[in-house]
Amino acid sequence: MTRAPDTDAGLYRAVRLIRRFEERAVELVRSGDVVGGIHPYTGQEAIAAGVCAALREDDVITSTHRGHGHVLAKGADPGRVLAELAGRATGLNRGRGGSMHAADFGLGILGANAIVGANGAITAGAAWAARQEGGDRVAVSFFGDGAVNQGVLLEAFNLAALWRLPVLFVCENNGYATTLTVADGVAGTITGRGAAFGMPSVTVDGMDPRAVLGAAREAVDRARAGDGPSLVECVTYRFDAHHTWEHKARPRYRTEEEVRSGRERDPVVIQGARLADPERELVDAEVEAALADAVAFALGSPHPDPVGALDFLYATGMRARPGGGG
Amino acid sequence: MPWLSYQKALNRALGDELARDPAVFVLGEDVRVAVSTVTAGLFKRFGPDRVLDTPLSEQAFTGFATGAALSGRRPVIEFQIPALLYLAFEQIVNQAHKFSLMTGGQARVPVTYLVPGSGSKTGWAGQHSDHPYALFAHAGVKTVVPATPEDAYGLLTTAIRDDDPVVVFAPAAALTARVDVDFARLGPVPLGVGRVHREGGDVTVVAVGHLVHDALAVAEELAGDVSVEVFDPRTAYPFDWDGLAASVAKTGRLVVVDDSNRMCGLAAEVVATAAERFDLLAPPVRVTRPDGAVVPFAPALDRAVQPDRAQLAAAVLKALKH
Ligand SMILES: Cc1ncc(C[n+]2csc(CCOP(=O)(O)OP(=O)(O)O)c2C)c(N)n1
Repeated sequence: MTRAPDTDAGLYRAVRLIRRFEERAVELVRSGDVVGGIHPYTGQEAIAAGVCAALREDDVITSTHRGHGHVLAKGADPGRVLAELAGRATGLNRGRGGSMHAADFGLGILGANAIVGANGAITAGAAWAARQEGGDRVAVSFFGDGAVNQGVLLEAFNLAALWRLPVLFVCENNGYATTLTVADGVAGTITGRGAAFGMPSVTVDGMDPRAVLGAAREAVDRARAGDGPSLVECVTYRFDAHHTWEHKARPRYRTEEEVRSGRERDPVVIQGARLADPERELVDAEVEAALADAVAFALGSPHPDPVGALDFLYATGMRARPGGGG
Repeated sequence: MPWLSYQKALNRALGDELARDPAVFVLGEDVRVAVSTVTAGLFKRFGPDRVLDTPLSEQAFTGFATGAALSGRRPVIEFQIPALLYLAFEQIVNQAHKFSLMTGGQARVPVTYLVPGSGSKTGWAGQHSDHPYALFAHAGVKTVVPATPEDAYGLLTTAIRDDDPVVVFAPAAALTARVDVDFARLGPVPLGVGRVHREGGDVTVVAVGHLVHDALAVAEELAGDVSVEVFDPRTAYPFDWDGLAASVAKTGRLVVVDDSNRMCGLAAEVVATAAERFDLLAPPVRVTRPDGAVVPFAPALDRAVQPDRAQLAAAVLKALKH
């Protein structure tokens, strides 16, 4: 797949692909082919699709524990992402990263990150380095509403704003940090935190790919022009569990009714309605075929050789001493 | 020949690497006016794009360095005090160090973390006297503790050129060391290659950083009775096990002096490996800070938790009794 194009059809293909990828990935968690579970992105697809459609291939992104959508929207091959989830040697990270660390440096994907908020500072550094190189590349940091309480992210806001770095901070406000509601976790407002550092900060409908694209494009243009970082808060809803362990543990923190009404604003439906039926059906069929290939590729791929478990630990190839006796 | 101080050696290595490679840049608190003196003159010479004064944001600028490194730069962060490494531990151990493996070899993170003034600085008390190099060695982050000005120059140079994250601890008590050197002979020193500072036949003393100078003083003091070999691995990780094996093969006895805490410290690892691998004529002895020490303020108390020369001399004699 190439990066999500910024047409209606392109946005639809992206949200549809991510949706179906996540649904297939959940099935593979259930069947035991994906161990460790995943953090499903269903419901939030409009954000990855809209933001990445505003980017060029040479722009960079960093992502989160809930990162499949970002990675796919930036153009990663679904087969290799799925192979990574399944811990195969052909995965994006050769089976060393798994769901929460998917990276594809060739596509400017500097890695999903499992420490909430940590990627914000990394993004600032990547943006600075891009500017030093000349050109007008930008860097995007995706994070959740839970991350806005991490000190390091606020420190990164300061650096980015102070040094007018070409960064787009994208907050995916899905209302929950695991089970904690925004109301119980965030004092003030999320955009207020961006505004406090002098960053243009807006809230958009995170269920509508077009709305996200519009806001992202404005912020990306500003960053490219040298006018510094922006914060875009995308209000969204996570349709599925925080993590697939919930499918078994079933912690109760939101009502059936809330979930049902949250699902009513479905980005796949919203964007799908913008295409004529035949065009949409064509995309659907193409996505299904691509995913069937991806699953076949992932599950048909070899497992990595345990002898090389610590390969790549050091970029210089230094080998660690073995721990087993003798 | 000109004198070179340890601090000036670090400064010179930074200047030489900034001049040699445009990807290198220095960042940290007050590096522009060079409060620690290690970055003296660099801002004037290389300008604001190569020498960045940062806000007091250790977590952000350490993560920032990772992002810049992922994008082709070679950042050198100066930390004003060693305790700041605890704030940035997440960014170093959990991010920078893990990137290469987790991405299946796609990423390299050539960041150097320079910590001038590590360890006890009498009167600086609990939060300014830590020497946490063992923590980084334990985590597998390349960890360097130079003892002499020429090693400080050579190891910092290598750290900057290395494609992995490297922490360089410059112990406070070594910063004042000065040697008479021919500047033309300064050059990179490889990581993981130890140095025998003094040859001896009876016992091997392992020390890094300023403790090398203590070990040399003790060796001199005991010279009439005992022939002490002083082995400096120079890098706590990777550690020069082969170099140490060669030394112990000659002496058959081992003493380690280490000013990290005893529990899971560098000395613990050296002694354990020696027990597994070496033919020792006597049980190995270690002199360290106490378990979990927090350095107390009063000078006599601070000294009381540091390994000292008398303890080291006693340890050497103990190893010889067998
Ligand atoms: C610094 C940190 N604290 C806690 C966790 C455990 N954790 C993983 S995801 C998560 C919730 C994150 O919420 P949010 O940032 O809103 O993102 P969302 O899961 O809603 O996408 C928590 C607490 C973590 N990974 N990192």
